[in-house]
Amino acid sequence: MQDFMGTEVSSMKIAVLSGKGGTGKTLVAVNLAAVANKSAYIDCDVEEPNGYLFFKPEGILEKQISVKVPTVDNKICNGCRKCVDFCKFNALAYIKDKMIVFEEVCHSCGGCIVLCSEKAITEKEKMIGKIQKGTSDPITVYTGMLNTGEASGIPIIKKLLTENKQERDKLTIIDCPPGSACAVMESIKDADYCILVAEPTLFGVHNLNMVYRLVKLFDKPFGVVLNKCMEGENLSEKFCLEKNIKILSRIPFDNELGMMNSNAEIAVRKNLKYRAIFSSLIEIVKKEVHHETTINS
Amino acid sequence: MKIAIPVDEKDIRSNVCISFGRTPYFLFYDTETKESVFLDNSAVASTGGAGIKAAQVIVDNEVNVLLTPRCGQNAADVLKAADIKIFKTANASAKENIEDYISGNLPLLEEIHAGFHGHGGK
Repeated sequence: MQDFMGTEVSSMKIAVLSGKGGTGKTLVAVNLAAVANKSAYIDCDVEEPNGYLFFKPEGILEKQISVKVPTVDNKICNGCRKCVDFCKFNALAYIKDKMIVFEEVCHSCGGCIVLCSEKAITEKEKMIGKIQKGTSDPITVYTGMLNTGEASGIPIIKKLLTENKQERDKLTIIDCPPGSACAVMESIKDADYCILVAEPTLFGVHNLNMVYRLVKLFDKPFGVVLNKCMEGENLSEKFCLEKNIKILSRIPFDNELGMMNSNAEIAVRKNLKYRAIFSSLIEIVKKEVHHETTINS
Repeated sequence: MKIAIPVDEKDIRSNVCISFGRTPYFLFYDTETKESVFLDNSAVASTGGAGIKAAQVIVDNEVNVLLTPRCGQNAADVLKAADIKIFKTANASAKENIEDYISGNLPLLEEIHAGFHGHGGK
């Protein structure tokens, strides 16, 4: 099965996202990766990665991730303050004939270095976190970890996604950060399909709408997994019906599932009912991606 | 001596703004001439580092003393480097705080918060 990019559907990248934390992104992402068998799971929620708690990967290889931050030679600086005025994040201040650099505010754009006519600013490396690669047979588990207090996890997410490019023959599940900001955009950028996880509440709909708008903006094929489904009205389901959004799966609000999850157990490895739910979800998504690629080619 | 205060409105009777970095205006009060000058805070809509930019403005205006209810770590670092003292406001209005400062009734601001970076600041 070939898609328009010339890659196998079995090697597609599926991003799992939601407008807020605690909706069930990791539950869906971990179980999808586990049920898919030969797959790679990438935890892009670098501020608080937790997928590894379920997979307990072994044989971990680690890489430190650094960014470049400016360092100023105050003897050369002529105090023109072009860099201070330029910095959108206000990472630079000029006080009493001296530059102050706020490294944790810097977004490493390098603009100050380009602008400095005196060449008083140079770059230095600053560690911001790490990525880990391990195996939870047969799944490859990638985890990004951002150090507390750092401005942006995007350099780590970028590294995670480029590292994974070596594994062309595997289905890749991307567990996104919560919300719809830059870090999520970076995580879904190369995804072939997006799964939006939603809760049935009013908050749930609000957050679903945020990610719905994001995937529309990025022109990504997508569908919704309704999580924590209960008896009675499901506002997220209503939203999907109104907007004509494909509902991929319904996961019940289930004590047993909650217990497995809070014990860091992978539901599809423990329970046949959930193995069936997630097997069917992955088949539906594969069909959706195939359908998308057919109409787009 | 020049005093700076974050204020909600361009009026000396205005309330002190609860945020230093993202206050809409700064009031600069000159204790010798008793003149008040209001300045729009250019840091109010910053993507980040509002406290740093606001503190830079305070420094550039050659202020001696800042009266504010709160101040974040980064702003405090800038102000400290410029030897600007920070006092904690005790009243609602800017005017009352200026009077209390002049009569020596305002305490130094001891609690510097870590900042709200990425939480409500974006």
